[in-house]
Amino acid sequence: MIAYITRRFLYAIPILIGVNVITFALFFVVNTPEDMANLALGAKRVTPEAVERWKAERGYDKPLFVNAEADGAARLTDTIFFQKSIRLFVFDFGNADDGRNIGHEIRTRMWPSLALAIPVFLIGLAVNITFALMLAFFRATYIDFWGVVVCVAMMSISTLFYIIGGQYLVSKTWSLVPISGYAPGIDAAKFLILPVVVGVAGGIGSGSRWYRTIFLEEINRDYVRTARAKGLSELTVLFRHVLKNAMIPILTGAVVVIPTLFMGSLITESFFGIPGLGSYVIDAIQAQDFAVVRSMVFLGSVLYILGLLLTDLSYTLVDPRVRFE
Amino acid sequence: MKLVPLWTDVLVWLLVAVLAGYAWYAHRRPHLAAPWRRVSRSNAGMASLVVIGLFAAVGLTDSIHYHPLLPGTQAGAPPVYSVEARSLLDDLLTPLWSRSEKTYSAPLAIRSYSRETVELPGGEVRREFPRLRYGGRHVADERERDRDVVLTVLQGLAWGAMAWATLAAVWVTVLARLRRVTVQTMARRILRRETQVAWIAVFVTLLVAALIVTPVALLAGGYHVFGTDKVGQDVLYLALKSVRTALVIGTLTTLIMLPFAVLLGIAAGYLRGWVDDVIQYVYTTLNSIPGVLLIAAAVLMMQVYIDSHPERFPTAVERADLRLLFLCMILGVTTWTGLARLLRGEALKLRELEYIQAARAFGVRDTRIITRHILPNVMHIVLISLVMDFSFLVLTEAVLSYIGVGVDPTMNSFGTLINNARLEMARDPIVWWTLAAAFGFMFVLVLSANLFADAVRDAFDPRVRVGQAAAEGAG
Repeated sequence: MIAYITRRFLYAIPILIGVNVITFALFFVVNTPEDMANLALGAKRVTPEAVERWKAERGYDKPLFVNAEADGAARLTDTIFFQKSIRLFVFDFGNADDGRNIGHEIRTRMWPSLALAIPVFLIGLAVNITFALMLAFFRATYIDFWGVVVCVAMMSISTLFYIIGGQYLVSKTWSLVPISGYAPGIDAAKFLILPVVVGVAGGIGSGSRWYRTIFLEEINRDYVRTARAKGLSELTVLFRHVLKNAMIPILTGAVVVIPTLFMGSLITESFFGIPGLGSYVIDAIQAQDFAVVRSMVFLGSVLYILGLLLTDLSYTLVDPRVRFE
Repeated sequence: MKLVPLWTDVLVWLLVAVLAGYAWYAHRRPHLAAPWRRVSRSNAGMASLVVIGLFAAVGLTDSIHYHPLLPGTQAGAPPVYSVEARSLLDDLLTPLWSRSEKTYSAPLAIRSYSRETVELPGGEVRREFPRLRYGGRHVADERERDRDVVLTVLQGLAWGAMAWATLAAVWVTVLARLRRVTVQTMARRILRRETQVAWIAVFVTLLVAALIVTPVALLAGGYHVFGTDKVGQDVLYLALKSVRTALVIGTLTTLIMLPFAVLLGIAAGYLRGWVDDVIQYVYTTLNSIPGVLLIAAAVLMMQVYIDSHPERFPTAVERADLRLLFLCMILGVTTWTGLARLLRGEALKLRELEYIQAARAFGVRDTRIITRHILPNVMHIVLISLVMDFSFLVLTEAVLSYIGVGVDPTMNSFGTLINNARLEMARDPIVWWTLAAAFGFMFVLVLSANLFADAVRDAFDPRVRVGQAAAEGAG
């Protein structure tokens, strides 16, 4: 087991290097730092000095790979590639355009993101599984048919409309909760209720339909027939037998997203003004803050790879047949 | 008039040609035509196909761009063309885009949404809601408006029903001729659902469409049916123009990524060894970058490129078009991995089957085995993922445009429409119509795409078919 985990960690290294090279190529090779400086400074006020100053402030004034002017190890370390890309591996993200430390921002903004993402994830999972189990229980009846119709209709509505509709109805018309904003501590609850409800509602359509397919695939298996033949009630069959075995495909989809919960939700956070990582990314994109976007791309990949690893490990926990050599 | 083929126009028509070629090819081969017959028997599948067809008609007429001839050219002199690129749809909808108001106006309104200071003939100054420049201009007395709207709608319903009845009659007659039966027999067969194709679903959908389209078209002649936006543009026009963007994103993305996904996926699964390792490494790496962030990063970089090379993009339309094409490409880069992984798994399974082993034993070359034996047997996976991705892509476009990394802000799309409208939610009385129009169009398009995708999956996926057969056998 430990050998397996170690090997999986070692596999992750070349992938992270790949991600690093891709982001580096995207941010520094496709366009030169001069181009970025021109864009950031605006077309009119560009003087060579201003461009140089912009580059120097961000450390973009170094050569890309090899610094011919430096000596010894500095030939390789005093370059954009080393300063901006290699340092990501130790989670040294550097500073954003506004001068703040990105690592510090991530550590503070992570909590509001989690406060929103964890309830959405857990409640969403519970609601979707319950709804899907209900549909599976009433399979091949009108309840199942119309349940699926509702799911497909809900899938066809853009997330944006769930948020806008929720804000309009709950906050503006009924004035139940604030439209947007955030407060630390226990006060956060009143700001978080609506985003959580909206997030869960937006996921019901695709989630329940997907779980329903999994349950239906499981429900025609021989062991289920045996359980019914023993005289177990349909509810016992569903909860004790079908649900347990359906947990394997459900876990594949669910565990992989757990680490990425840290990244928060881009759209929801920005609409509801929650100062999490999602709105951090959106602000950075709109302000064209390349350093922040680059850091978040790397962080997101690390978390995703961690999620894949966790998925594999969780198999061993729920499925005794799976053994890793 | 001088045609200007935009990049996406060319690709869209290429796609139409490919689809037509596939239809002709599949029609003559029973094993390819059989699953499509199953689609044609599905009510939901045929109804959604009709709706998608209507959207596609809008999108295709919007995909022929040209420079209109400038008026006032002397006879004999060389013709002078306008620099703006206009589409065939713009021509059809001239009354919609040419009659813009000053600012917001509600659907079917005849007075503006905001007060203005008006000077009365006697020199008196008053704040009032002025009459619109175009909306409801033909109604002299504003109390007459409701009556006028109701009459126009009734007239539209009548026209729609008549047009539908004519079309249905002609269609049934043609079908009867083809089958060499009388019209009555054909009609009876359709009503009793004895035909191969679910014609009832087709006709009912067409009726509903006709009863919606004609009244709207008649009303659009005198009013702004979905109101106007901040700068007074007709929202119905904007929504219709957005259809093309949505369709282009939904189809071209898949078209662009398809060769990579198919080639690399099959190669990885069939050849195995180091090829498999490399390809798996590439798609795991790409897959582990969060999709939205990769797109955001790529689009940011493209913006830098466009800004630093303005000479390569002569007009705003061409720039917006290339940006759209680029967005399709980058979306393709992030979505091909899923299909490639599926195809790799399938190829891994297929290569161990006896008929492939036999082909190898006979010394058939690998390229030939892949093209002749593996490719045809994974096509159903390709097709299913093609239709399944469509609605996902349409929804993604709206989200990306909201974040600011989607299509060019000057390009009409559902995302830009929502983005411009959402800030007006705080107004009182609320400006709801732009959102309503975007919601309605997107919902109908995505819903029918989802329903069609389900019908295709049910018809093509062997697992579903086996499941159904088992269920029927058990029942």
